[in-house]
Amino acid sequence: MSEDPRLCIGFIPLVDAAALIVAVDKGLAAGEGLEIELKREVSWSNVRDKLNIGLFDAAHLLAPVAIASSLGLGHVRVPILAPFNLGLNGNAITVSPELFADLKTSADGDLSDPMISARALARVVRERRAQRRDPLTFGMTFPFSTHNYQLRFWMAAGGVNPDEDVCLVVLPPPYMVESLAKKHVDAFCVGAPWNSVAVDLGVGHILHFASEIFARAAEKVLAVRERWAQDNPDLLIRLVRAQGKAAVFVGNPDNHAETAAILAAPDRLGVKAEVIMRTLAGKLKVSPDGDVRASDRYLLVGRANAARPDPAQAAWLYAQMVRWKQAPLDGKLLAQAQAVFRPDIHDKALGAPPMPAGEPADGIGAFSGPAFDPRDIAGHLASWSIPAR
Amino acid sequence: MDLLLKIVIVDESPVRSAIIEEGLREAGYTQVTRIEEVTNLLARIYAIDPDVIIIDLENPSRDVLEQMFQVSRVVKRPIAMFVDQSDTASIQASVDAGVSAYIVGGLMKERVKNILDLCISRFNAFSRLQSELDQAKIALEERKVIDRAKGILMKAKNLTEDEAYALLRKTAMNEKKKIAEIAQSVITASEMFK
Repeated sequence: MSEDPRLCIGFIPLVDAAALIVAVDKGLAAGEGLEIELKREVSWSNVRDKLNIGLFDAAHLLAPVAIASSLGLGHVRVPILAPFNLGLNGNAITVSPELFADLKTSADGDLSDPMISARALARVVRERRAQRRDPLTFGMTFPFSTHNYQLRFWMAAGGVNPDEDVCLVVLPPPYMVESLAKKHVDAFCVGAPWNSVAVDLGVGHILHFASEIFARAAEKVLAVRERWAQDNPDLLIRLVRAQGKAAVFVGNPDNHAETAAILAAPDRLGVKAEVIMRTLAGKLKVSPDGDVRASDRYLLVGRANAARPDPAQAAWLYAQMVRWKQAPLDGKLLAQAQAVFRPDIHDKALGAPPMPAGEPADGIGAFSGPAFDPRDIAGHLASWSIPAR
Repeated sequence: MDLLLKIVIVDESPVRSAIIEEGLREAGYTQVTRIEEVTNLLARIYAIDPDVIIIDLENPSRDVLEQMFQVSRVVKRPIAMFVDQSDTASIQASVDAGVSAYIVGGLMKERVKNILDLCISRFNAFSRLQSELDQAKIALEERKVIDRAKGILMKAKNLTEDEAYALLRKTAMNEKKKIAEIAQSVITASEMFK
């Protein structure tokens, strides 16, 4: 069977589309005999729909959306495969200067510790309720998103019920900063570059890198329809191989400047290369005063085995969907969710890399609570007090 | 009565939303509201409390609606996606046209399908209108270039307007190019000789 090497791939302008964009713009995909046309999109619903009905052959997709689509949650059921992680982590929680000041007053320690900040948030929430003020509003990017789960996990750890005590609203990332400035939201969790944009404008403080809440969270995947993968097995391997080469390039600090310049192009991300550099280097200005926080795992692309899909991560994302009542707990659904992540296809194209030392043994590394066990999701969820079950 | 359905159109293009509104009104729907701004979209939608929401597919606020359709606690009533889960042809047609519809209440699927079909044809009509408009703009630009080139030729070679145009047309035929292209080279050349 001859497979058509002309592929149409959708992406959202975010730094974690780096490997996808570099693979095309540096000719790595062409080197695998692929002719890829990248299409910039404005919303995750649009990327999902265009992938599902076949307008896209592959897409830069939120990992939880790939699972939700495969399980038929929230929309039409279309089985999706994720043979490659475009990025782990990369989000941050940014709060307004007013909320930052309130948290600081309420904190019984260093706010950079997520347990201290989560407990401080619980106190702020209680005080606001006592004063009969509106609940705090938090923006995030999509119902099925790590942003949603990162915010909820963090709040709940401090005793805040995200469904009762605060408002969680979806906002398109380009509107986050304006909404914070206009006080439509008090905080948000979003990917790069929007946290840095808010800090630069003096309207926000970065409270946490999401990697401080979970050491490894599958953020965006390269997604294809299961049906397409069956019809184009050779193309799929070549596509993953091109992504693998690009991810290694992006992960090398020597190439950050070139990567940033490629991503900055108007038809790619269309933002200044300097802001992209900060994200790639994991070194972000966190307050309008100029404080800088650095983490070598702020965004993982092509490092620390980040590209290899881990079914334990898929199980963990499914567990978050169950915890927050987006999905019922069902062994069949769990198995389907895990089958979305395909390390076998990754390994066939690129070989199996050894798991680097120092990575969390459970594949997640949450800042609080017991280690994650994909074989016992019910037991894992029972250990949380919020929501009351 | 079905024609009393409350319909909201979310579209950043005022022209297109006007075209859709007109179509819905012609079909007998009287309660149609257009929302063009994107900030605080949810507050507006809650205030209007529509039965059906029609949204331009390229609108970033689609993700906002996706959430609304999952958080029924906020909307305070059962919510559902319009399209039948198996009806991929309808989804394809609407994605191709660039429109998406959501129902908020427990509406009859057939009724919403009629509304969506109407919107798809209106979206397609708008795209045709848009490309005609683009072509008209190009034609107007070409007209201006040709007029300038004619003026240059009339002055330089002492020709009448008809003779200048005939010369442009003959050169275009000989060179197998468009008249506007030849006119542009005349303008470019005359600039260089200045």
